Amino acid sequence: MRFPLLALLAGGPAHGYELKQALEQRFGSVLPPINAGQIYTTLSRLERDGLVGDDAVAQNGRPNKRVYSLTEAGRAELGGWVADATPAARLKDDFFIKLVLARAAGIADPAELIARQRDAYLQALRELDDVALTTNGDETAALLIEGAALHLEADLKWLDLCEQRLGS
Amino acid sequence: MEPVIVTRGLTREYEGGVRALAGIDVSVEEGEFVAVTGPSGCGKSTLLNLLGGLDRPTAGEIELGGRRVDGFSEARWAHVRRDELGFVFQFFNLIGNLSVADNVELPGLLAGLSAREARVRRGELLESLGIGELADASPTRLSGGQQQRVAIARALINRPKVLLADEPTGALDSASAREVMAVLREAHDERGQTIVLVTHDARVAARADRVLAMRDGAVAHETRLEQGDATSVSRLMQLEV
Repeated sequence: MRFPLLALLAGGPAHGYELKQALEQRFGSVLPPINAGQIYTTLSRLERDGLVGDDAVAQNGRPNKRVYSLTEAGRAELGGWVADATPAARLKDDFFIKLVLARAAGIADPAELIARQRDAYLQALRELDDVALTTNGDETAALLIEGAALHLEADLKWLDLCEQRLGS
Repeated sequence: MEPVIVTRGLTREYEGGVRALAGIDVSVEEGEFVAVTGPSGCGKSTLLNLLGGLDRPTAGEIELGGRRVDGFSEARWAHVRRDELGFVFQFFNLIGNLSVADNVELPGLLAGLSAREARVRRGELLESLGIGELADASPTRLSGGQQQRVAIARALINRPKVLLADEPTGALDSASAREVMAVLREAHDERGQTIVLVTHDARVAARADRVLAMRDGAVAHETRLEQGDATSVSRLMQLEV
């Protein structure tokens, strides 16, 4: 969560709770609930590394509120993250490993494994499609759901290939 | 639920012993949405053509609405197709020199609806498919997605027991395909339309209640799909920041 926090702070100084709210607002329903503790832990690491600084703001009768801001080093680090292309997702596929090893060991029918996996992907695709109906104009959510659906469609096509080449 | 379609040992062999369909047993319940998928040549379109009386089995039985239809003459099949089945294909086959309204009403009039009843049904259908304002347009001026929606309205005008659809999104771009799927989903979810749909598109198949995966003329695998839990976006997305 380092870079997302740096990116949010590029918009101006903020305290931890504001950063949490900003993330929730940007990604809405597609983001799992954010643990505030994780935000504060990340902020203190960023501070340790000299990428953010903080000012304590006095509050009546409560501990000081800490307002974080980007340092020069933080701005440079963020610039690098923004400028670099994000690496393509590597194919880390637990199912494929299961298929290859279970087939080699003769402990499962590969065609059955593939069929069961296809069930799971189809069901996931169905759920995504149902969820897509409920995004009510939330463009960020709609775009992410579209991306996830395209990945699942590719997974299903790959299962067809697995079936042709390893299905028996 | 009563089955609307039942097949037993449904087989289609061609000259020279090529088996397009090798003894299929399928049962489709009233209100069910069944998708049939599989690679080219697996027999999925052959199955749909047999169910619609567009081709004849070499062996096996077909029941439609509780009675055997596999032995019907072409003349009786023509009535069955007109009165009890709706067809949607990849290409829309609308009549270019008739208006959208006339295209939709025509099969209703041929089946004996009064002009008034055909008009009322057409109005309701076009409205519910989101193309009410296109009634007077020529189909040749419509986008592919709009033409397919007109074709679906035409297929539904006689309130068919079963809507048979063969690659209904196959000729459409992804946005139009989405519109057409929304219309089919609504016909099924809101009005309980029984649908049997052939597709190679997983996204389309994922809308069905049940998916039959065909291989070499047989049903190799069957998947039942559950309605998604709409609250689960974030769980599904597994987005991490």
